[in-house]
Amino acid sequence: MTELSNPQPATPPRSQWVDVWHQFKAHKGALLGGVIFIVIVLGVFIGPWLWPYDSQFIDIRARNQGPSWAHPFGTDQLGRDTLARMMAGGQTSISVGLTAMLLALGLGSFIGITAGFFKRLDGPLMRLTDLFLALPILPLLLVMMLLFREPLSAAVGPERGIFILIVVAIGITSWMPTARIVRGDVLALKEREFILAARSIGTPNSRMITRHILPNVLSPIMVSATLGIANAIITESALSFLGLGFPPDFPTWGRLLNDATQYLQDYPERVFWPGLAISLTVLSVNYLGDGLRDALDPRIRGR
Amino acid sequence: MLTFTIRRLILAIPTLLFISLVIFLLLELAPGDPMAQVPLTVPPEVKEKMRLALGLGEPGYVRFWKWLVQFFWIEPQVLIDHYFGTAFSEGKLRVISWQHRAPVMDVVVQRLPQTMWVVGMSYVVGILIALPIGIYSAYRQYSVFDQAGTFITMIGYSIPPFFTGPLVIVIFSVQLGWFPFIYDTTHKVTDWDSFIYQLRQMIMPVMVLALQTTAQISRYMRASMLDNLNQDYVRTARAKGLSERVVVLVHVLRNSMIPVVTVIALGLPAIFGGAIITEQIFSVNGIGAQLIGAIQANDLPTVQTLTFMFAFLIVFFNLIADVLYGILDPRIRYD
Repeated sequence: MTELSNPQPATPPRSQWVDVWHQFKAHKGALLGGVIFIVIVLGVFIGPWLWPYDSQFIDIRARNQGPSWAHPFGTDQLGRDTLARMMAGGQTSISVGLTAMLLALGLGSFIGITAGFFKRLDGPLMRLTDLFLALPILPLLLVMMLLFREPLSAAVGPERGIFILIVVAIGITSWMPTARIVRGDVLALKEREFILAARSIGTPNSRMITRHILPNVLSPIMVSATLGIANAIITESALSFLGLGFPPDFPTWGRLLNDATQYLQDYPERVFWPGLAISLTVLSVNYLGDGLRDALDPRIRGR
Repeated sequence: MLTFTIRRLILAIPTLLFISLVIFLLLELAPGDPMAQVPLTVPPEVKEKMRLALGLGEPGYVRFWKWLVQFFWIEPQVLIDHYFGTAFSEGKLRVISWQHRAPVMDVVVQRLPQTMWVVGMSYVVGILIALPIGIYSAYRQYSVFDQAGTFITMIGYSIPPFFTGPLVIVIFSVQLGWFPFIYDTTHKVTDWDSFIYQLRQMIMPVMVLALQTTAQISRYMRASMLDNLNQDYVRTARAKGLSERVVVLVHVLRNSMIPVVTVIALGLPAIFGGAIITEQIFSVNGIGAQLIGAIQANDLPTVQTLTFMFAFLIVFFNLIADVLYGILDPRIRYD
């Protein structure tokens, strides 16, 4: 009768997400990465409200200045404040990263779940994924940027046109890893008893996917989301760095880095800030992803 | 294994054809005009003739077929002619660049050594640095060396080459003045001094590219070693009195290398892609720079050919990785 002596557990049962949070907290690097990423995002989006200088404001008499109290990061060749330009550039870079990641994630999850769930579509969709994986991504992105820049700029305005182009280009060339991981997980899930149970009570396919499959493949999707942000930010910066991204007067981190390399001999310190911003963002997001992967894996959790 | 290799080889053909079609259609859809650089004073009927001379008069499928024939049939003949002095390709039309009216492959052959030297060296250097780091940090898991190594590889993984490139230029060229920051492609190695110069100008691009390789491969190496270090056969090896050195460097290392070797093969095409950026930073006159120049000049045959060559590399090394995996790991049977 000893096992009945304590019929009520002392603490209420913990939900899955509380467990995940506990595991996540244990990973110091991931926590730090998350905090730094949030600080960068907040600083970039709220900072311009607090900072007196506009990123487009030209003060030709204050050009090429080093760091001072008025301009902590200095000014560029037209006397624009570098801190303000860094914040404006960060807004674009992070927006591109988030939007492209969402697009790639949506596409990847859709194709992965469809391929895993419907047996007939599995072969064709996976061959398609393999084909996309065999495409040379960077050369193709460069070609796409060059070819479709003019017509899209003419159609919806230069900045928005390039934004759409970059996001779509990165999105449709980086969904493949997500699709593969999700498909593998769906295939494993389909063999589980609760899917059989759900099917036996006549659950239609649409509800099967939204209620039973999707919540269970959320953790690989979240991990590839963090890696997707990092990848998209790096790709956008690379394109801007090669001069095939946003127009010259429109700051993004990659563009600022590109502008700074042209003044490398006279003002070498200028490459530092945009490069640091890109690297710090990507590093924090990668650590976040590392921690999330550990926290969302039930085999590691609780150890 | 042989049937698998042959099947994969046959499957690679439609893949490559599809990729070349995708590249062609992308370029076809493009609104760019190769005549955009021609002065406005040139009358329109002359422009039309120039357009026809570039082969733009025919419909798309004819031009695609012509490109396929030129690339897969005539170019190999040129190669055979070059090596054996035969005359198969006599008078046949090759893929001609619109930019400098010379066969694309001739320019590629001129520029490939530059890229190969920088990329190849960086890959070898990166692997040579990565393997010991990965092995030692797995052997001493959670030690100070492991923590530092993991952190540094994470940084190397996160910092893009277009930041490390300018950074090392600032530090080693501008501040310290140790290395030249423009890669001199006309430089010829004739004696000891010129060899030293070649070495000095190669150090920075090679190190920047190697940092990426090192970061990726040492992470894989560490994970793979960790998987193997807890296996039963390791305990057996220790129990029968083998020295620690033999256990780790012979028994564990050989088994851990299986996935790492395939990762090394898979990563090679990506390194060529990364070389596009590095070549731009250090002004290396390789095929990456050629691609960028061709894209900016709207030189469609060159863009098509170069992009396809990158795709070919990816498909080829994927194939090699798959076959290697099967050869190295007897547990894997494809049939």
